[in-house]
Amino acid sequence: MAQIDEEKKKRKFKSAGKMRDIMFEYYVEAKSAGDNGKKVAWITSGGPVEPLIVMDVIPVYPENYGAMIGASHMGGDLCEKAEAMGYSSDLCSYARADIACAPVNGGPIGGLPRPDMLVCCNNICGTVLKWYEVQARYFNVPLFIFDTPFCHTGFSDEARTYVRRQLNEYIAFLEGACGRKFDFDRSIEVGRLSLQGQRLWQEVLDAAAHKPSPITAFDAFFFLALIVTLRGTQTVVDFYAELLHEMKEKVAAGISAVPRERYRLLWDNLPVWYRLKWLSDKFASHDACLVADTYTTAWCGSMKYIDENDFLSSMAEAYTRIYLNIGVDEMAKTVFEMIDKYDVDGLVMHSNRSCKPYSLGQYDIQRMVQERKGIPCMMIESHMVDERSFSESQISTRIDAFMEIIKQHKGHV
Amino acid sequence: MESLREFHEVAQNPYRYAAELKDRGRKILGYFCSYTPEEIIYAAGLHPMRLFGSKEHIHLADKHLQSYSCSLVRSAMADVMAGSLAFLDGTVFPHTCDSIQRLSDIWRLNTNLGFFADVVLPVKLNTESAREYMIAVLARFKGELEEHFSLKITDGNLRSAIVRYNEIRGCLTSIYELHAKDPSVISGSDLYAVVRASMIMDRDDLAVKLAAVLHELKQKQGTGRNSGKRLMLVGNICDHPDIYTLIERSGAAVVWDDLCSGTRYFEGKIDPDTEPMTALANRYFTRPVCPAKHVSPFARGEHLLGQVREHRVDGVIFFQLKFCDPHSFDYPYLKEFLDRAGIPNMMLEAEDQLPPEGQLLTRFETFVAML
Ligand code: SF4
Ligand code: SF4
Repeated sequence: MAQIDEEKKKRKFKSAGKMRDIMFEYYVEAKSAGDNGKKVAWITSGGPVEPLIVMDVIPVYPENYGAMIGASHMGGDLCEKAEAMGYSSDLCSYARADIACAPVNGGPIGGLPRPDMLVCCNNICGTVLKWYEVQARYFNVPLFIFDTPFCHTGFSDEARTYVRRQLNEYIAFLEGACGRKFDFDRSIEVGRLSLQGQRLWQEVLDAAAHKPSPITAFDAFFFLALIVTLRGTQTVVDFYAELLHEMKEKVAAGISAVPRERYRLLWDNLPVWYRLKWLSDKFASHDACLVADTYTTAWCGSMKYIDENDFLSSMAEAYTRIYLNIGVDEMAKTVFEMIDKYDVDGLVMHSNRSCKPYSLGQYDIQRMVQERKGIPCMMIESHMVDERSFSESQISTRIDAFMEIIKQHKGHV
Repeated sequence: MESLREFHEVAQNPYRYAAELKDRGRKILGYFCSYTPEEIIYAAGLHPMRLFGSKEHIHLADKHLQSYSCSLVRSAMADVMAGSLAFLDGTVFPHTCDSIQRLSDIWRLNTNLGFFADVVLPVKLNTESAREYMIAVLARFKGELEEHFSLKITDGNLRSAIVRYNEIRGCLTSIYELHAKDPSVISGSDLYAVVRASMIMDRDDLAVKLAAVLHELKQKQGTGRNSGKRLMLVGNICDHPDIYTLIERSGAAVVWDDLCSGTRYFEGKIDPDTEPMTALANRYFTRPVCPAKHVSPFARGEHLLGQVREHRVDGVIFFQLKFCDPHSFDYPYLKEFLDRAGIPNMMLEAEDQLPPEGQLLTRFETFVAML
């Protein structure tokens, strides 16, 4: 018994506690912004946050809060409240939970701080446009929409001109909202930190290529919070540097995230926030490790478009070409690359009723993966935050069946 | 009305109509959504035809689309897979909601109808940079048509198209207005057929026939009597002519709508004296906005109340396809706007099929009785 505990301890991340502290401090600071004369902006998870940091505005992410709500099993209840407000149960459960929280200060930390402004970037979905309109009406604060034309097959010149012009409009919007000039020198520093943070985060994720993997996608879902909420700050850079160090130690010591890693899997789409542990245990019971996922990579996937020496103008393009804002075939290419990079034996797709831009097209990606990579795929259908939609027994049976196929495929039975 | 027979036939059998056009040598482009720059397609000498999905063999879509996509998207996919759209020479996808966005990808990867274009319009319709971007997007689309079909679209072609479309939209608006004044001049299902067929028929032929219908209705004016309750239909697309009949049977009439298969299709004139691409873009910036686009957080609510007042509407029926995100997000606030103004309203959600007729009639009757 003592030995098992010891093993378990080794697999745990020392950095986890540190991250909780950082997130706690961040939310305390955000919630007391008003007392400290600071402004708060609500911003979408894929939104261009760096200019906010330059302006000393505290960015708050309702989607991150949505994840917290999901993980604390408060999603079903809040989604039900949203339905009572007239919002269809088919809508994104992040949006529903957040909309229901606002009037009652609901959720795990008693609600988010009131926004002074809203920044909505539609590079992830059309849902955020509607959701931020709801909040703009509710809080009666200015709304800036950063419109990133969808890149079905490429990024056009007119789209480039359009997003660059919007960057100027965004800066003018912030100057108006803050009554202060934008500090372009500082933006160089923030841009550098943002890029550094993204690189480190990618390196953390890359560690999963090692066999056995020191990290699972479930760990990545947890550690993701910082690159989402604090990108562009020194805090992120320091934290991920430390996490990376821990990762390397684990690799050196041969510590694996899943005790007997025999099968390596790739996860697609957002996590099922209220079932992380259950899913993780379930797969681990089959000696399977979900080593990587397409979701957490999305925060460093468009680094290639960033010009280090001209962060501000190149970021408009980078934010437009992120993972969700590209065609299904482009997404499939990323999936193929990940399958090779992490050398996985199977693909687990979360068909997420909450998120149409992420989920519609999955059937085609699944087919392409089976044809080109010849690995088994499975689908789990749910809403990422609304736990009422999760059918545990059915999903459990399907995972068992899927793992059987994987084992046969590997010639293990 | 005898003159309406053809509109009904076309509205009921759009694919048969298209096949006949095709036999006569016309090239047909299918499109989704009222933000498609039809005028440019017309100016190229091609025939623009809106796709609604026949709702037959809808299960064929299961191979590509989850059950939680709207029936429009599923049904269109099913039709193309079943080969029902073989008459098309291409498809045009304007960027609107997340579901159409992904349908475009799936379509591009799985079908081969010749021409294919994404028209990635801006989502904001309230800034100068968005307007300039939209003009550039329209110009790109024009170039793609020219290249694929080896033709040249001149400013003259575009101007004639604009004149033609203004004529058509003007006629539809006048017919709607006549009906709003006196709903007995034309039944709801007739009007439905007229609008629906207008998105399908050869536009030159249509212009003549619409003018004839308008002329006939003007003669009829004053002869009808309808003291029933006046309703407005608000939502995405209404693909069910029966709704209009049932509403009339329950003692009311739909006197106006805010549907993408209704007024959102034809409201807004194009200035014939402005540079054509700019003029087309300007119309999108001024016509009633669809919930997948943004003008201001309150634009749709204000528009709705304006229409309710202008057309003396007694009650509003929200009608929408299930799984439609943009409309589902707007519903609570639009409802609140109406509630505050004291306008009774009800919600009806449909998939590919309507609820049973008896049940619907009871709901309408109960609603109308409350007004
Ligand atoms: S989960 Fe999907 S629909 Fe919801 S906010 Fe995120 S990207 Fe948009
Ligand atoms: S009905 Fe709604 S979800 Fe369906 S295509 Fe239209 S806007 Fe999109």
